[in-house]
Amino acid sequence: MNTLLRAGLMLFSILASVPAGAADTMTVAYLELIGDPRYREKAIEARYLGKPWGRPFAGADAARRESKFVGSAIGVDFQLERIEGKDAAELIEQVQSLPGSPVSFVLADLPAQVLSQVAEGLSDLPLLVLNVSAPDDTLRQASCQTNLLHVFPSYAMLSDALAQFLVSQKWREVLVLEGPLETDRQLVQAFDRSAKRYGLETTEKRNFLLGTDPRKREQNNLALLTRGDYDVVFVADTEGEFARGLPYRTLQPRPVVGTEGLAPLAWHWAWERHGAPQLNNRFLKRAKREQTGYDWAAWMAYKAVVEATLRVGSTDFEAVSAYLRGQDIVLDGFKGNRLSFRPWSNQLRQPILLGTHNWVIDRAPIQGFLHASNNLDTLGYDQRETLCEQ
Amino acid sequence: MSVSTKLTVGAMLAACLVVAQAVSKETGYIFVSSEKDHVVTVLDGTSYELIKNIETSERPRHLQLTPDGTKLLAACGDGEAIDIIDLATLEVTDRIDDIDDPEAFDLSPDGRFMYISLEDDGALGVLDMQSKEMVAEIEVGEEPEGVLTGPGGEVVYVTSEVANMVHVVDTESRELKANILVGNRPRRFAMTPDGSELWVSNELSGSISIIDPNTNKVVDEIVFTPKGFRPEDVTPVGVTMTADGGTAFVALGRANHVAVVDVPERKVEDYILVGNRAWNAALSRDNTRLLVANGLSDDISVIDVAKRKVIKSVPVGRVPYMVVIDD
Repeated sequence: MNTLLRAGLMLFSILASVPAGAADTMTVAYLELIGDPRYREKAIEARYLGKPWGRPFAGADAARRESKFVGSAIGVDFQLERIEGKDAAELIEQVQSLPGSPVSFVLADLPAQVLSQVAEGLSDLPLLVLNVSAPDDTLRQASCQTNLLHVFPSYAMLSDALAQFLVSQKWREVLVLEGPLETDRQLVQAFDRSAKRYGLETTEKRNFLLGTDPRKREQNNLALLTRGDYDVVFVADTEGEFARGLPYRTLQPRPVVGTEGLAPLAWHWAWERHGAPQLNNRFLKRAKREQTGYDWAAWMAYKAVVEATLRVGSTDFEAVSAYLRGQDIVLDGFKGNRLSFRPWSNQLRQPILLGTHNWVIDRAPIQGFLHASNNLDTLGYDQRETLCEQ
Repeated sequence: MSVSTKLTVGAMLAACLVVAQAVSKETGYIFVSSEKDHVVTVLDGTSYELIKNIETSERPRHLQLTPDGTKLLAACGDGEAIDIIDLATLEVTDRIDDIDDPEAFDLSPDGRFMYISLEDDGALGVLDMQSKEMVAEIEVGEEPEGVLTGPGGEVVYVTSEVANMVHVVDTESRELKANILVGNRPRRFAMTPDGSELWVSNELSGSISIIDPNTNKVVDEIVFTPKGFRPEDVTPVGVTMTADGGTAFVALGRANHVAVVDVPERKVEDYILVGNRAWNAALSRDNTRLLVANGLSDDISVIDVAKRKVIKSVPVGRVPYMVVIDD
C-alpha cells in the first residue's frame, strides 16, 4: 500500500472512530429477468451441481444485512432495490427512472445476452454493472464492456481450475461428452482451451442426447457413449438432467467431472475454511436453503460496493468505482485469498472450489500452479491472452 | 461424595497419571485444542510427552486459564458450550451450555464475567460465570472474533471480521464506546504491558494495525513480507508479546512462519519457519520458549526464543487451534 493511501486510511479511521448517524444513502439496484429459464422450478428443485438453487437475490440481501453496522458507523445507509423486467429494455427503463438519488451500482443476475444489452443501454450513465451469474467467456473477452464487472467466475476460470485438479491427479486422458445446447458447446470450448493449456489429452469427443430412441443409441446409450480407454469423463451438460445419471453408469470404472461428479464452483455450502461456516449459516437462516456460487457472487458484489465505499469514505461514484476496480482493494470472499478485479477483463480474480454434492475436494489454484504476479491469475484469461479492448 | 473427597480422589488419580509429579497450582502442562478431534491434548511441559487427551464438547478452539489458575476454559464451537476443565483432575468437570458457536473470549480481571464473541448473532456476549447466564449482548459488526479485556477491565475490545472494525465496549454501561476501522478481517489482539498500544492482526491484509487505546485511533500499521511469499499468502492471526513488551510474535497463517517484531521500533526483525498454517502462539512464563499451533500439519512447533529456531515439532490432534502453557 502506498504511503499516501495509508495516510488516507488512517485519517479515515480517525473519522470513523466515532459512531455517526446515517447521513448518506447508497442504493444498489438488483436486476433480474422475469421467466429467466435458469430458474425454472423443476431445475431449482433438482439441485443440480453448479446450478442455482434459487434466485441469488438472497445473497445480495445477506450482504445488505451485514452492511448495516458498518453503514451506521460511517454514516452511509446501504439499500438494495430489486428490479424485475421481462427484457433488457424494461430493465433499463426502470433503472433510469428509479426515484431518489441516482443509482451508482447495479447487480445484474441476467443471462449473457440480456446482460450485454443492459450494460450497453446504461453505458451513458455514471454507474457500474456487476455480473453475478453469467459465466460466458465472451463477456470478458471480445464483447467486454467498460461499465461491466464480473463477479461470477468465467467458464475459462472454472475449467482451468478443473484442469489443474486433473493434472495434479495425473488423470490426463479425458473422454469429453458434449450436450446439445449452445452453453454446452461453450463449456467444451473452455475445456479444450484448459486442456491445451495444462497438457490434458482428449481421447474422444462425443455428443450426447437425452432419450431412448434406438436409432440414436450412439448418442443416448451410456455404455456406448463411454466405451474406450480414458482416465476420466468430462461431461458438459448445462441443463443437468443427462449428467446426473452418468456417474456409476460409465462403461469403464472412471470418475465423472464437469457438470456432475466433481464440479468447479464459485462457492459450496460445505466449505469449512476461511470463516465459511458463519457465512453459510447466516444465509441458511434467512434464505431457508443452502448457498450456491450464484448467491455467493451476489453477496460478494454487494460487499465489494460496501468495502469500496468504506475505504473511500464517501458515496462519490467516481471515487468509489475507481477504488472498487483498482488494485489496492482487499475483498474478503471467505475463500482465503484477497480478491480484486483484473484490469484487463474486469473479472474478479478468485479461488475456485472443486466440489461434489456434499463436499469440497480441493481449492484451485491447486498447490504448485504458479503465476508470475498472482497465482489466482492461473485461472482464466491472463493479461497476455486478453481480447478485451476497453 | 463430598467435595473434599472428590478433590482428593481426583488429585490421587492425577498423581497416578503423572508419576512422581506433585499436582501444584501450575501444572507445567501444555494444553492444545484440536478443532476436529474434539479433544484438548495435554503435553508434559518439558518432555512434550502426551499426558492425556481430554475429551471435550465438539470443536474446541479458544482456551484460557481462569485468573486463579485452577481451571482451563475451552470454547467449543459445534458443541455450543464452554467446557470447564479442572487442572487437578484433567477432566471436564463443568460446562456452560447453549452458547451459539462460541469461538473467542476473554475474562474480566476478577474472572466473574466472560466476554465472548457470538459469531452468528453479530454480538459480544457478557456471560456471568457464577449464574452461567448470558446477562448482556452488545450488538457489534458481523462475525465478531478476537476479544481482549483492557487493563483494569473498564473496556473490552472485540474485532468484527466482516465490518473490518475493532469495537470498544464499555463494561460498566455495556455500550459501544468507539468503532475503529482497521485492516481486512481483523482477528486477534495483544496489548503492550504498559497498556499504551493495542495490536490487532488483519488476516487478509497481512498486517498488524496499532491502535492508541487512549484516543482509539490507528497510529501505525506493520505489513509482513516474508521472503518467498506473496502478500495473499500472508494471513496473520495469533499475536503474543514478551513480558517486557520488547518483542512480539505474530503467527502468519498460510505463510508458515512466525514474525518476530521489535515492538518499540515497530519493525520486523525475523521470520521463523514453522508448520502449516501457524494460527496461535503462546510464550512460556520465562519467555524462553514459544509454542505455535499449526492448523494444517496437526502439530505444534517449539521455538527457542533466544535462538529464534524451531527445536522440536510435536504431533497433537487434528487441526490444532490454540496453545496454553500452565507454568
